[in-house]
Amino acid sequence: MMQTALQVLDREYLEARCSLVELGAAFDRVDRASDHEENAGEFNDSRLELLKQALGILTEESHLPNRAERLLLLFSDLD
Amino acid sequence: MQIIQPHYHAIARTAQDYERMAMSGVVAVAEPAFWAGFDRLYPETFIDYFRQISEFEPTRAADYGIKHYCWVGVNPKEAENPELSHEVLKQMPEFFKKPTVLGIGEIGFHKTTKNEEEIFEAQVEQAIKYDQLILIHTPHLQDKVRGTKRTLEVLSHMNVNPERVWIDHVEEHTIREPLEAGYWVGFTLYPITKCTPKRAVDMLEIYGHERILVNSSADWGPSDPFTLQECIVQYRARGYSVQDAIEIFHNNPVRFMGQNPKFDIKPIRLETIEESSSSLVEN
Repeated sequence: MMQTALQVLDREYLEARCSLVELGAAFDRVDRASDHEENAGEFNDSRLELLKQALGILTEESHLPNRAERLLLLFSDLD
Repeated sequence: MQIIQPHYHAIARTAQDYERMAMSGVVAVAEPAFWAGFDRLYPETFIDYFRQISEFEPTRAADYGIKHYCWVGVNPKEAENPELSHEVLKQMPEFFKKPTVLGIGEIGFHKTTKNEEEIFEAQVEQAIKYDQLILIHTPHLQDKVRGTKRTLEVLSHMNVNPERVWIDHVEEHTIREPLEAGYWVGFTLYPITKCTPKRAVDMLEIYGHERILVNSSADWGPSDPFTLQECIVQYRARGYSVQDAIEIFHNNPVRFMGQNPKFDIKPIRLETIEESSSSLVEN
């Protein structure tokens, strides 16, 4: 029998929370390293932009539960 | 590398964990008294538990060359039962005489209730009276900020020496205040619900090494004693030396727990030995 949305959230909440905190810490880590470099705070890289776009996909409302698929496509070379 | 695991619930773990810890360089563990996963009904159950961690568990650890120390106390969750807690407290001073008991812990708040606060204060008073070290648990997840703030407020009105108090399970949002107030703080590395090895190394980089302890807790829930070793690997991978790692993962526990003379492990330093070619031939 399929689980209810509440049952799924109960199972997933802490792990998702942990993933988000880890992600925040990873961004902080890059920023701190950047602050110690010659052009402090100006570090940029296309992968950082991709990660920020991915955050947008997480919070978008969608009629299809396909965020994982869209994230993987975002991180794919399609040309 | 020699490692000390300063917060470890050995009674919840197998002998195989001791064996694997010994193989990875762990030379000592310290076991705070904690919640058993259910609320105990009788003070005698606590007393037998204290006997287990102060008498039996050191023999189990010794089989693997690991020194085992412990703490006694009424944990925050069961402090919600003051009648039971006071009965347990009456018998705790007998355990302070045991050769491996380092102090009172882990105590503090779970849901930051009045009952919890009454028992927390009573145990801090007892620690002061009997000159014991103090190990404080801070709450989980959404309760952590409120419980940590109240912990500091309660302590600020008591005559404690912050250098003899370890406030455990701090994370990015709760580390600053206890550290600035002069307490020792602990990072507890859990797979999901507390700190992770990488974030622990981040905080070491931000706040430095002084008065910081890193531990795995490793209890009966989702936890892993080897998150401590994982943290050491993360730390070394960021370019820090073995001696830097020894300072955090061996010498800091020695500095805190060594304030109780029963903890008889000393800080260590790596040395290279220059051997002349002639002495090598002789050997």
